Amino acid sequence: MRHLGDLSLVLVAVRAALALLVVSFPREKPPVRDPGEWGPHVCPSGREGLGVGGRKAQASRYAEALLWAPREGEGGGGRGQGAGKPRRPSRAGPRTSTDHASTREAFLTKLRRECPLSQLMDCETDMVKQIRALDSDMQTLVYENYNKFISATDTIRKMKNDFKKMEDEMDCLAANMAVITEFSASISSTLQDQHEQITKLSGVHALLRKLQFLFELPSRLTKCLELEAFGQAVRYHSKARSVLHQYRHMPSFRGIQDDCNKIMAGLALQLRQRFREGGSGAKDLAECVELLLLLGEPAEELCAEFLSQAGVRLEEELASLEAEVDGGVGDAGAPPPSDILEFTDRGCSRFVGNLCLVAASYQALFASREGAPTARRQLATFVDGLLSRYFALVERRLRRETGLGDNSLLVRALDRFHRRLQALAQLVPESGLAAAEAEGSEIVARAARERTGQYLQALRGFFGECLTDVRQALAAPLPRPLGKEGPGLAELLASLSAALLNQVKAVLSYVHLFTAKDITFASQPYFKGPFCSQGVREGLVVAFLRSLCQTAVGFCEGGAAGGERGGGCTPPALLLLLSRLCLDYEASTISYILTLTDEQFLVQDHSPVTPVTALCAEAREAAQKLLNHYVKVQGLVVSQMLRKSVETRDWVATIEPRNVRAVMKRVVEDATAIDVQVGLLYEEGVRKAQSSDSSKRTFSVYSSSRQQSRYAPSYTPSAPMDTNLLSNIQKLFSERIDIFSPVEFNKVSVLTGILKISLKTFLECVRLRTFGRFGLQQIQVDCYYLQLYLWRFVSDENLVHFLLDEIVGSAAHRCLDPVPMEQSVIEVICERGETSLCSGFKTSGFNARGNG
Amino acid sequence: MEDDAPVIYGLEFQARALTPQTAETDAIRFLVGTQSLKYDNQIHIIDFDDENNIINKNVLLHQVGEIWHISASPADKGVLATCYNKTSDSKVMTCASVWRMPKELESGSHESPDDSSSNAQTLELLCHLDNTAYGNMAGVAWEPMGDGKKLISLADNHLLLWDLQESSSRAVLSNSVALEGKGQLKFTSGRWSPHHNCTQVATANDTAIRGWDIRTMNQIYCIENAHGQLVRDLDFNPNKQYYLASCGDDCKVKFWDTRNVNEPVKTLEEHSHWVWNVRYNHSHDQLVLTGSSDSRVILSNMVSISSEPFGHLVDDDELSDQEDHSQEDKIKEPLQDSIIATYEEHEDSVYAVEWSSADPWLFASLSYDGRLVINRVPRALKYHILL
Repeated sequence: MRHLGDLSLVLVAVRAALALLVVSFPREKPPVRDPGEWGPHVCPSGREGLGVGGRKAQASRYAEALLWAPREGEGGGGRGQGAGKPRRPSRAGPRTSTDHASTREAFLTKLRRECPLSQLMDCETDMVKQIRALDSDMQTLVYENYNKFISATDTIRKMKNDFKKMEDEMDCLAANMAVITEFSASISSTLQDQHEQITKLSGVHALLRKLQFLFELPSRLTKCLELEAFGQAVRYHSKARSVLHQYRHMPSFRGIQDDCNKIMAGLALQLRQRFREGGSGAKDLAECVELLLLLGEPAEELCAEFLSQAGVRLEEELASLEAEVDGGVGDAGAPPPSDILEFTDRGCSRFVGNLCLVAASYQALFASREGAPTARRQLATFVDGLLSRYFALVERRLRRETGLGDNSLLVRALDRFHRRLQALAQLVPESGLAAAEAEGSEIVARAARERTGQYLQALRGFFGECLTDVRQALAAPLPRPLGKEGPGLAELLASLSAALLNQVKAVLSYVHLFTAKDITFASQPYFKGPFCSQGVREGLVVAFLRSLCQTAVGFCEGGAAGGERGGGCTPPALLLLLSRLCLDYEASTISYILTLTDEQFLVQDHSPVTPVTALCAEAREAAQKLLNHYVKVQGLVVSQMLRKSVETRDWVATIEPRNVRAVMKRVVEDATAIDVQVGLLYEEGVRKAQSSDSSKRTFSVYSSSRQQSRYAPSYTPSAPMDTNLLSNIQKLFSERIDIFSPVEFNKVSVLTGILKISLKTFLECVRLRTFGRFGLQQIQVDCYYLQLYLWRFVSDENLVHFLLDEIVGSAAHRCLDPVPMEQSVIEVICERGETSLCSGFKTSGFNARGNG
Repeated sequence: MEDDAPVIYGLEFQARALTPQTAETDAIRFLVGTQSLKYDNQIHIIDFDDENNIINKNVLLHQVGEIWHISASPADKGVLATCYNKTSDSKVMTCASVWRMPKELESGSHESPDDSSSNAQTLELLCHLDNTAYGNMAGVAWEPMGDGKKLISLADNHLLLWDLQESSSRAVLSNSVALEGKGQLKFTSGRWSPHHNCTQVATANDTAIRGWDIRTMNQIYCIENAHGQLVRDLDFNPNKQYYLASCGDDCKVKFWDTRNVNEPVKTLEEHSHWVWNVRYNHSHDQLVLTGSSDSRVILSNMVSISSEPFGHLVDDDELSDQEDHSQEDKIKEPLQDSIIATYEEHEDSVYAVEWSSADPWLFASLSYDGRLVINRVPRALKYHILL
């Protein structure tokens, strides 16, 4: 065979050589054609050439190219008309060898005719050179191929010899094979009979063994039953069943079959019994079911029975759990016997565990069989029903978990609950437990929400309690005079705000447990996002801060509408305290608490949350309202006093004033007390520029120039116009006074507000009365007294002076016999009053005295 | 002509009492009573010439004492009632009388105001409401839209109903009721309801508002603690029969539905001191005027609780009042309650504000220093209400 390969190689080589030869030949044997007709035939002939043999045509083209090459070179050589010439050869390009003779002729003639001799000579030498080169090439080729050709011939000859030898051997082999076939045929024919017999015998043997098995079957089955090897029995029976069924028309077989059936029925009965008793755990149960299924019991019935069996047991567990939940209900909210963690533990280990087992074995038993979808559906409804009851129970139990102390038990219980459900869902992925798990998570989330709600409630409650405590603390020092109940105020505020802050922190830390790292449900998106931002930040912290402000504001509304309308009267000190509390919250506490919350809960959720500034604004507003209300209430107290004193007196028939009226002393006392009270919580605030001798200066202005000028002219006939004019001009230059205007958060502003209200009331009341001479004088004395003491409380003493001027002026107008008292007398009287009062004020470093 | 500019008139004396000349429906005329203990008190009849923005005044002498309250008869232009202080032997007593002004002044005069003080005329006393048995008179109110024969007066804790007989020359006490209770009870203010056939009167004492049926003199409702402090004034909504406005020392103005007295329908808290006066506009009850001792007058637009919560509708009951005006039936969106304007022309406490009886868009306010200011409802709002 190797030779054959060589041969083919050789053949290829030979062919190539021949092809080369062909290429070079056409020059020697050109087909004769009419030289005159070459032009119009160019195209068809070219086409024909290509169609006949592509290879040949190519070769001839090659040769022609060689032929024309000198001419082209010559064209490029630069004779004048080179532009027209090259066209022809290029047009003649596709010409084939058939045209060559005429072309050659034409070419030669043309050459001869047109070219000069030297060029012809050149051409000729060139051509000769080329021909020589071609010849040598051809020779080399022929040489090479010739060698190969010779070796190929040798090989072929050798092969011829070898084949002849091989043929002989093959003939010999064929003869031998024929002999062997013959022998084999004879052997098989001899053995045929025996073989058939053996086959038959072995068949009979098997049959006999089967028969024996059949006959022994009843006894075996009974034995199995005795040994309680139910599995074995069922296997035996299932083997024999079809045979028995087939041959049941034969009496003996029927007997066996009947026996078997009887036994198997017994067996089935026993199995069912066992199944029904069900005490032996889920695994045994599963085995029973498997056997029963093998016995051909209807699967669906078994499913139902299986589930109902399992259901009974699970129900029992549920019932025990329920009993536990309702355990304390009878005792009117007494705590249930076990704590929540225990409860969840029990629920998880018993109920959920068993449910898990049931679901798993059920799936293993039934889900893989035909009718699996129905079976699965049955299981799903079964599980759903039980789980929903369980969830209801858990929720009921969770709802009872209202103790607000430690949150960790609850969180741990919830965690366990959630973990268990998750495990369950993973264990039995298809049984609708995924939904159950989702619901479980929902329960956990709900519990967490409820919990935050409870904490909010608790915080509110705590705030309420704190307020009650504060109220009690404020009310406690009963016999003390007004001025001295104060000192506790700052401490009360401090303790109140500290207690609140601690409580908030504690609650935050409790709630924080919900998002602890080791808690599985904390990684849920709900607990990461909305729970932190909406639940805790908004629902708990912000809501608490809001409710704090609202509660605080509620005190002033309740006071305003219900102060006399039956609502509980809020002690003014509480208002003041709350106002300061709100202000503190605005200043720092709110942002502190919120920052704390944000840090603890790393709010990732970017849902919009209440900004700190909004809360601060709320708190500030509350503080403002409370302080305004405080001013109103205190102003009202003082003004009621003044009003009563003005309204109840007969000013026409009063006697000459000898003393400052007690009520004025009371007013000053109250103002001092309020001053002390406010001073405990609020800063001093700014006063308008005030010199150390201001009391003297203003006093003199008040008493002599202004006062006199205001009502002195009222004696003269031209009085009314002048008075009006004067007072109007005065008013023109004094700013309008807003009586119940908002105050600033400082002591001076508060006191100014209170005194404004009081004095304006005094003024209005005076205008409604008619005075006798002494009535006017009494007012003079009173106002002077107030003048002496009140300036120090207010931001702008001119305000007090202005109002007091108005009072005295109005009293003078309303006087039937306006004879004012001598200033010196007034001063003496006031000083006398002061000495009697002095003891009370010396302690507070009060040394403003008249200049008398 | 600058329409919205206020017109100011100054009295020489301090004054608290102001009333429109109720029976006059053509000319804008107000009566002001002065308070002076040293000089003869006066009643100024202020005529306002709307066209030329000019005030004409006439002065009547009221020699019996300083005037605390004044009210004009709804039927007779010349008749008015005053409450005044009478001082005798260091005793001050507030009395009430019914007067008639000189005929020629009834419908205004065209004297120049300059020489009027020199030849001031006096009032003619018609009758005296004898209160010797009852105490100080706090106020007098005529039966609204009546024939000028009936009036009530408040004397300390008594509500007195008078009949004027013999062409008002005799006042007969026809009915009375005393408010009983602990402490010194004193009526501060009273208004006669124009509804229910003029059978109801509302009074204020301390912080309570009481409603009375004058046929039986029984109390029909009582708003305890209507205000945190003293109730200063009341007014009935002229178009909604159960609506009542009150104001008081707690700086608030409250609107009540007398059928449900537990809660006010609405509360305004715009003033910074006691509110002394509250008045509904006679035609457009959304316009409420209040005067306060913070020297301000505030005009509020209480559309939401008015009889025209959706603007003026043609099928309203008080169509007749509006017939002169455009009747375009446009249903507008519910308007918002708002403060229309705060008037700050006064420099002393404003104790009285009154709408003109002739021009529903014009009102006067009087402050203690004797300054009377006449203002108009802003034009834009006027057209808004009318159109």
